Amino acid sequence: MKWPAFGYLRATTLREFWQIKADAGPDAKVIAGGQSLLATLAFRLSQPSALIDISRLAELQGIASHGDTLRIGALTRHVELERSELIAAHAPLLGMAAPLIAHPAIRNRGTIGGSIAFADPAAELPACLVALDAVIVLASETGERRVPATTFFLGLYETAMRDDEIIMAVDVPKQRPGQNTVILEIARRSGDYAMAGIACSIDVADGVASTARLVYFGVGEAPVQARAASVALIGKALSESSIAAAQAALADDLDPPDDLHGPGAMKLHLCRVLTGRALAGFAGERRAAA
Amino acid sequence: MMRVDVSLTVNGERVTRSVEPRCHLIDFLRIDLGLTGSHAGCEHGVCGACTVRVDGDIVRGCLVLAASLDGASVETIEGLSERGTIHDLQEAFVARNAAQCGFCTPGMLMTAADLLDHHCTTDRAAIREHLSGNYCRCTGYQAIVDAVEEVARQRMSMKAGAA
Repeated sequence: MKWPAFGYLRATTLREFWQIKADAGPDAKVIAGGQSLLATLAFRLSQPSALIDISRLAELQGIASHGDTLRIGALTRHVELERSELIAAHAPLLGMAAPLIAHPAIRNRGTIGGSIAFADPAAELPACLVALDAVIVLASETGERRVPATTFFLGLYETAMRDDEIIMAVDVPKQRPGQNTVILEIARRSGDYAMAGIACSIDVADGVASTARLVYFGVGEAPVQARAASVALIGKALSESSIAAAQAALADDLDPPDDLHGPGAMKLHLCRVLTGRALAGFAGERRAAA
Repeated sequence: MMRVDVSLTVNGERVTRSVEPRCHLIDFLRIDLGLTGSHAGCEHGVCGACTVRVDGDIVRGCLVLAASLDGASVETIEGLSERGTIHDLQEAFVARNAAQCGFCTPGMLMTAADLLDHHCTTDRAAIREHLSGNYCRCTGYQAIVDAVEEVARQRMSMKAGAA
């Protein structure tokens, strides 16, 4: 369907944005890359009074290295995650995730800020940010607020961001020596939202997992952190038996709903398969490196 | 009705128009400018028939606000055709019968050209991956991949010959 009628306002500085937002009122929506928002408008899922275009806000752009942290501006496009040397060196999980998102023409416009603001439960980047223990940097006219990704995604398309806030950036801790990260998913067709996916990060010291964050997407109302499976791995070497224990523990962590793709039990099975592949991959890399 | 003035470049020509905010890039190209080579298919970002270039990058024309394009440079299938930069690809599509009903063809050519320009490869899996967001409902994918693979081979051997 054609989009409903709406107004269009463009902000070129953050200062200007606050003024435009105040004038436009509560029914206006912010648009960045527009790759989710404009598709939902074509379905007439909402009828904003106006779209406030923030795509030219310089304050929200760029990827920068600050000590142990990478600051990724909210307007960073998926294609930039794919190509950035800083991302490849310090947050390779995000570089791995980007090619899984939709298709090249969409990755050329879709932004990381847009993806996390939209908070689709099957989206890759929210799960990665939870796995990496990233922090979402929000701004309102009165100041900044930092919200850990682990508490940012509240439910179906629901986040901790308030109506008077905007996402400025994401702070991602740089990958540590011994930290292993990977994202895997199963989709019916390349570029589709995943039927099930895993983003995970495991620190291995002296052959033993010292941290484990297994995060699943497409299997709940938000990214789901599997705590029981993580506990099954911590303090253990990545071996057939510890991997099997983690896979078994997923029954306590995940309760995927039935959906168009199939029953929840099938999704749980897929999560176990993906978990096995992810962890066996880390174990294989360690053997190859030894 | 609110209108927004935009001034942009389309296929190298300066264009200034006043557009409704709800007008997407494809309707702007087709209706306002009469450039009907880009097709409006699903109009919600799935089919790829509306693929065009904005500032050098391929995008879904149906997921871009025309009003947002002040200062942008847009290239369409008409521009690429006239410049002759994808002549080899168009010839290969004809030779391989890669255009059946033709509806998806402009978008396929834009996406294939993007692959050939930036990551030229004869790897069929990589070609399929790059074209995965462009639907052909005649399901002529095999012939399309054949055509892209052939042009990739030609361009790589020309490049090797020139070196």
